[in-house]
Amino acid sequence: MSAAASHLTGRFIPVFSILLVILFAWYIGAVALNAPFQHDLEKRTGNVTTGVAFIEKTLSQPKPTMPAPHQVAQALWKGTFGVKPWSRRSLVYHSWVTLSATLLGFAMGTLLGVVIAISIVHVPALDKSFLPWIITSQTIPILAVAPMIIVLLAAIGVTGLLPKALISTYLSFFPVAVGMVKGLRSPDILHLDLMRTYSATAAQTLWKLRIPASVPFFFASIKVAIAASLIGAIVGELPTGAVAGIGSKLLAGSYYSQTIDIFAALIAGSICAILLVTLVDVVGRFTHRQMGGKA
Amino acid sequence: MHADAPTRLAPNWQALLAFLAALASLFSALAATPFTATMDGTAALMVAALLVGAAALSNLRLSAALESAILAIGSFGAAWLLLGGLNEAFGTATLGYWLALLAAWLLGWRLVSVLSGDGVKTGTSRLIALIVPAIFGLWILIFWEALTRGAGVPFVLLPPPSAIGLRIAAATDILAADFVQTVVKAVLIGYLIGCLTGFLVAILADRYRFFANGLLPIGNMVSALPMIGIAPIMVIWFGFDWHSKAAVVVVMTFFPMLVNTLAGLAATGHMERDLMRTYGASHWQVLGKLRLPVAMPFIFNALKINSTLALIGAIVAEFFGTPVVGMGFRISTEVGRMNLDMVWAEIALAAIVGSLFYGLLALLERAVTFWHPSYRQ
Amino acid sequence: MNIAPHTSASNGSSVPQGSSTQDDASDRKVISTRNLDLTFPTADGSVQALSDITLDIDRGEFVSLIGPSGCGKTTLLRVIADLEKPTGGSIEVNGTTPEGARQDGAYGYVFQQAALFPWRTIEANVALPLEVMGLKAEERARRVRSNLELVNLIGFEKKFPWQLSGGMQQRASIARALAVEPDMLLMDEPFGALDEIVRDHLNEELLKLWATTGKTVVFVTHSIPEAVYLSTRIVVMSPRPGRIHEIIDCDLGADRPLEIRESPQFLKIAHRVRQGLAAGHAPEA
Repeated sequence: MSAAASHLTGRFIPVFSILLVILFAWYIGAVALNAPFQHDLEKRTGNVTTGVAFIEKTLSQPKPTMPAPHQVAQALWKGTFGVKPWSRRSLVYHSWVTLSATLLGFAMGTLLGVVIAISIVHVPALDKSFLPWIITSQTIPILAVAPMIIVLLAAIGVTGLLPKALISTYLSFFPVAVGMVKGLRSPDILHLDLMRTYSATAAQTLWKLRIPASVPFFFASIKVAIAASLIGAIVGELPTGAVAGIGSKLLAGSYYSQTIDIFAALIAGSICAILLVTLVDVVGRFTHRQMGGKA
Repeated sequence: MHADAPTRLAPNWQALLAFLAALASLFSALAATPFTATMDGTAALMVAALLVGAAALSNLRLSAALESAILAIGSFGAAWLLLGGLNEAFGTATLGYWLALLAAWLLGWRLVSVLSGDGVKTGTSRLIALIVPAIFGLWILIFWEALTRGAGVPFVLLPPPSAIGLRIAAATDILAADFVQTVVKAVLIGYLIGCLTGFLVAILADRYRFFANGLLPIGNMVSALPMIGIAPIMVIWFGFDWHSKAAVVVVMTFFPMLVNTLAGLAATGHMERDLMRTYGASHWQVLGKLRLPVAMPFIFNALKINSTLALIGAIVAEFFGTPVVGMGFRISTEVGRMNLDMVWAEIALAAIVGSLFYGLLALLERAVTFWHPSYRQ
Repeated sequence: MNIAPHTSASNGSSVPQGSSTQDDASDRKVISTRNLDLTFPTADGSVQALSDITLDIDRGEFVSLIGPSGCGKTTLLRVIADLEKPTGGSIEVNGTTPEGARQDGAYGYVFQQAALFPWRTIEANVALPLEVMGLKAEERARRVRSNLELVNLIGFEKKFPWQLSGGMQQRASIARALAVEPDMLLMDEPFGALDEIVRDHLNEELLKLWATTGKTVVFVTHSIPEAVYLSTRIVVMSPRPGRIHEIIDCDLGADRPLEIRESPQFLKIAHRVRQGLAAGHAPEA
């Protein structure tokens, strides 16, 4: 009980207050950023307003420089619940398009990363020759390759989900491979010696020691990987002017300066990210408990 | 007599397979099937003989240094001759050619295995730690070159590395202009502002427990969001030029720095903090003398993460609209025109910039946090 | 690079030699080393961890290896367990090479830390070696139960290691070592990380265990009272290079209550061990 209470005061109240401050600052910012355009407009039309009426108008422009929170919330509500989920105008539909590519790519990237990590741990030649490249690749902006992959795959007739998923695959592969190499090497020397006194085979040591020991590393790295996958899928929707997905909503919004739509798409994407990361977190905690970890 | 034989032979599967592949390619060369349209019979014979010889020698018991030398000469010598045989011979490589390439690659693998100690623990020197991945990278390039030109992969799908190299040499002025626009202006300025504000906000928030407690979870959450999506908004706010890209970079680098600095400031041990309290040190004294030094590895972690994020942010933000210069602009437009050699040239530039940026930070980190246990031998 | 063929060659030559010269004693002897050497290569030159170790240990003995740090006592235990390969001399364990003995499951090894897998319950930890050996589930359950009984851990089967005290964790690790039903126990300072009161208690229990099971125990320690209290023989080792300084018989009889540590006989042996350790430290001609 007291732990829950201290969690409330120690974490929840500060987070909530800061979120309130951010919301307030957002409104101030919206008024400030939209005011010049509103002034111009009113000067041209001769319908000059002041005070609260003016502020209200800055917060209800159709194409504001900075949309007000309630405008974004309305767009989000309409895009989520106001239309049928399979409609082109539904944010649920666009989110699902992006999410499906994200999840497919994430699954492939994670699998590939784990397999590569297991090979690296067992083959010294791969460890010395391949691992340095994997580590280096984390320092370079590999996302820049995304447009080329999309266009190339389109050129040989592969379109739709798979090209985006492939970008997610290679973005999620690297953190998983690096994290799993660390995790598979994390058992301390005592545990490895113990397995040796049992004359355990490499496969037994892998299953009974290395893989269980790598679980915390696995969840830490897939948390990074799933966020990267989502970014990969979104960026993968940019270059061909895709018709569906969060990336396409962003692009369309930027063509027509529909800031409200951009913000709504951005928040839809953020909700997806939070859902994915939370899911990984929950599964990670559950696994930790199942494996006898302290709560 | 019999007792001596096993000690002279040290068969290994890479060299054995290489030997078989090389023999097969030798037969193919002897049967007067040319390796490629322009490679003459003697050159083919030379390659095959070189490979057969090196593969055979590698199955003998030799010192690691001698075996490495033989393998390096065999593997890279053959690869050099094979690549040379592709001049004006686009898409004409025959089975013998591929077998020879396979044999050369297997010898390269054997070379990496020998240098890696082949499973036996040896103190690997720094030089070996550089050479081994270099061999790996070189073989990627060799395969790429041989496959694209030997098998005739259309240029618009995958240009060979040599063509990309030529393009880099021919387009240095364009690359330089893109570099200045994207890296010097957007990345560097955005990175400095983002990291600095993130750091300062963390220092201020840390002064009051309430803010730190509130900002840490928010920052952690934001770090996982696809922040790159703010690019179109920044383009609307700050225009097409580098300012909007720098703004994207500021937002993307701010949160990792905030979160890491806060975590680093919380990383000080109770004993050390109690020690400073017994001296009656003020908040800023404790910060300067104890908590900031302890936080340095965390701060450098953020600086390193941000170096990659900043490049990604600036390049991807350019996909949403730029003046006609910049690395992201070039990538997206040249992809559209199917000028893939130019795209690869930009990607190579981005890779070099990214690893140099990161390497520089790593050096700086070493100098600042030399005391950290991770640098001890 | 040539370690593998080299050691197999030296072992091959040592086996017939050992069995021909000590034919009569060969089934009493469990561990037998002859002029054992072990040199570690390091960044600045090589370190001789073991030098000219010749030692015979009989079935059912409780032998302690004692000495200051760096004397090679742990290294010697690791060579017996085939966790380290000697660079010279010969060694025979249970009538075969250390590698063969390891593969036969001839010994159970107890480390300084309990080294329990944190993701396994106590019973699953004890079952670990049995899973590796490929035993059937019923046989595993039987052995887990009987060995946890032996170390008084019944009732804690479903607990995870962190829910147990340090002493209980170490008892679980002894149960794990016993579960393979080995001929001998190799123990590397098993109680070194525990406080004195727990250590006394576990010493007493270990002695009982040894009396009931009759296993050969090789026990590494740096505590003189512990060595004297537990052992039938004490091997005093000295450092740089690691070698045997003296072997002291410890004939306190089978019945050893904790109070025996105040007896004159106990103190006399302890004094000899202390003298041996001091002399081993002094530079020798």
